[in-house]
Amino acid sequence: MRNTARHATIALSLAALFSAASLMPQVASAAGANMAAKGKEIAWNRKKGNCLACHVMAGGNLPGDIGPPLVAMKARFPDRKKLFDQIYDATKNNPSTRMPPFGKHKILSNADIEAIIDYLYTL
Amino acid sequence: MKPMKTAIAALCALAATGAFADKKATDTTPEEDLKTYRDYFFKRFPGVPLQEYANGVYAIDKTSRDSWEAIEEFPPYEPMVEEGETMWNTPFANGKTYGSCFNDDPAQRKNYPYWDDQRKMVVTLPLAINECREKNGEKPLKYAKGPITRLLAYMAYESRGQKINVKIPNKDALAAYNNGKSIYWARRGQLNFSCGSCHVQSAGQHIRADILSPALGQATGWPVYRSKWGELGTFHRRFKGCMKQMRAKPYKPQSEEFRNLEYFLTYMSNGIEYNGPSSRK
Ligand code: HEC
Ligand code: HEC
Repeated sequence: MRNTARHATIALSLAALFSAASLMPQVASAAGANMAAKGKEIAWNRKKGNCLACHVMAGGNLPGDIGPPLVAMKARFPDRKKLFDQIYDATKNNPSTRMPPFGKHKILSNADIEAIIDYLYTL
Repeated sequence: MKPMKTAIAALCALAATGAFADKKATDTTPEEDLKTYRDYFFKRFPGVPLQEYANGVYAIDKTSRDSWEAIEEFPPYEPMVEEGETMWNTPFANGKTYGSCFNDDPAQRKNYPYWDDQRKMVVTLPLAINECREKNGEKPLKYAKGPITRLLAYMAYESRGQKINVKIPNKDALAAYNNGKSIYWARRGQLNFSCGSCHVQSAGQHIRADILSPALGQATGWPVYRSKWGELGTFHRRFKGCMKQMRAKPYKPQSEEFRNLEYFLTYMSNGIEYNGPSSRK
């Protein structure tokens, strides 16, 4: 039940993003918005990023609070590589971190991480 | 301003967890561990008295505590305690009963787990139950769920109020404790968590909608009726479930690894009263 509801929500938000992308000329590229939408899906999927287990992300239902809220990402992380490194292997920055090393442990591919970063930059 | 704050936060996190996570198991004695853990949790949850930790997450979360207290008014495990009492009283095929292995007293909780120096192993109560059965020509019971949880529920119920008092009598026992401790702190699985990542470092925090219970007191309430299971399960069933959550290959209930883990985790709860069986979400 809950799963179905969540998928419906994701589908809806995807639809919203797609239509926004096609309607709004100020969006630099539809492909970029596409990536962000895909990144959001990966980030929210419990079998993949499951970032909501630990982080507040705008619009996410019942988020955890083990990590800091992911807000104002563009202002706080202008360097894309820094974000990539944090997601690829958070233990590099903080050896006793609780954040899983998504890239290093092959939970996410590099392409998945890039898509998530596109999504994070919308937050 | 911001980097400074982050740096301080990171330092605090390290200072708080370095005491356990970054040490080798043999670096500190059990007595030192007991003190470090207690100080850590007492600081993290000011005003929560030691005995309260027996109630798991409900010791630290008012919201879920209210509905839990309502459930405990009509405990879902009550009929299972009665089934366990029937098992206790029903003779084996050879005419003997469980009482013949346990001094005719079901209130055995306080005696387990213990270090058996002859066999050089940690003996837990479920293990002793199956050894009793086999000694009397009966088949052993499954360790995670089913009939054994009924008998454990009855024995736990009869033992309510006994204080945990796990002893580590010698070097070999200490090695088993240290093994349990390193299993507790080893990062494993695809998600790279240790038990301590969640139940020490993140105790009281939310993982999605779930609040994480502190390691302190986790040994007291078994067997547990979990609404998610819809029935009773053993301590080791929960270990197994958490290891699966870590996307790690779980050890088997009553394996040496899980018995040593139980030895370590129960020692951490020394001085807290047994209050099983109990109910959880
Ligand atoms: C099990 C917990 C957990 C999960 C799951 C998790 N993180 Fe984290 N994250 C943390 C913690 C804890 C920190 C704090 C810094 C540290 O310890 O590494 C953090 C820090 C971060 C930071 C740095 C934020 C800042 O303000 O400094 C980013 C970015 C981040 N995480 C992104 C993600 C993304 C994207 C995902 C999902 C693909 C994710 N995290 C999944 C626990 C988690
Ligand atoms: C990813 C997070 C996570 C990890 C890692 C984890 N657990 Fe848990 N554990 C939970 C959650 C969530 C619950 C249910 C809420 C609670 O009681 O903490 C739980 C519950 C428990 C309980 C039941 C507590 C009670 O009062 O009923 C025990 C015991 C336990 N875990 C032991 C362990 C052990 C031992 C390990 C390592 C082998 C471990 N956990 C690793 C998340 C985790």
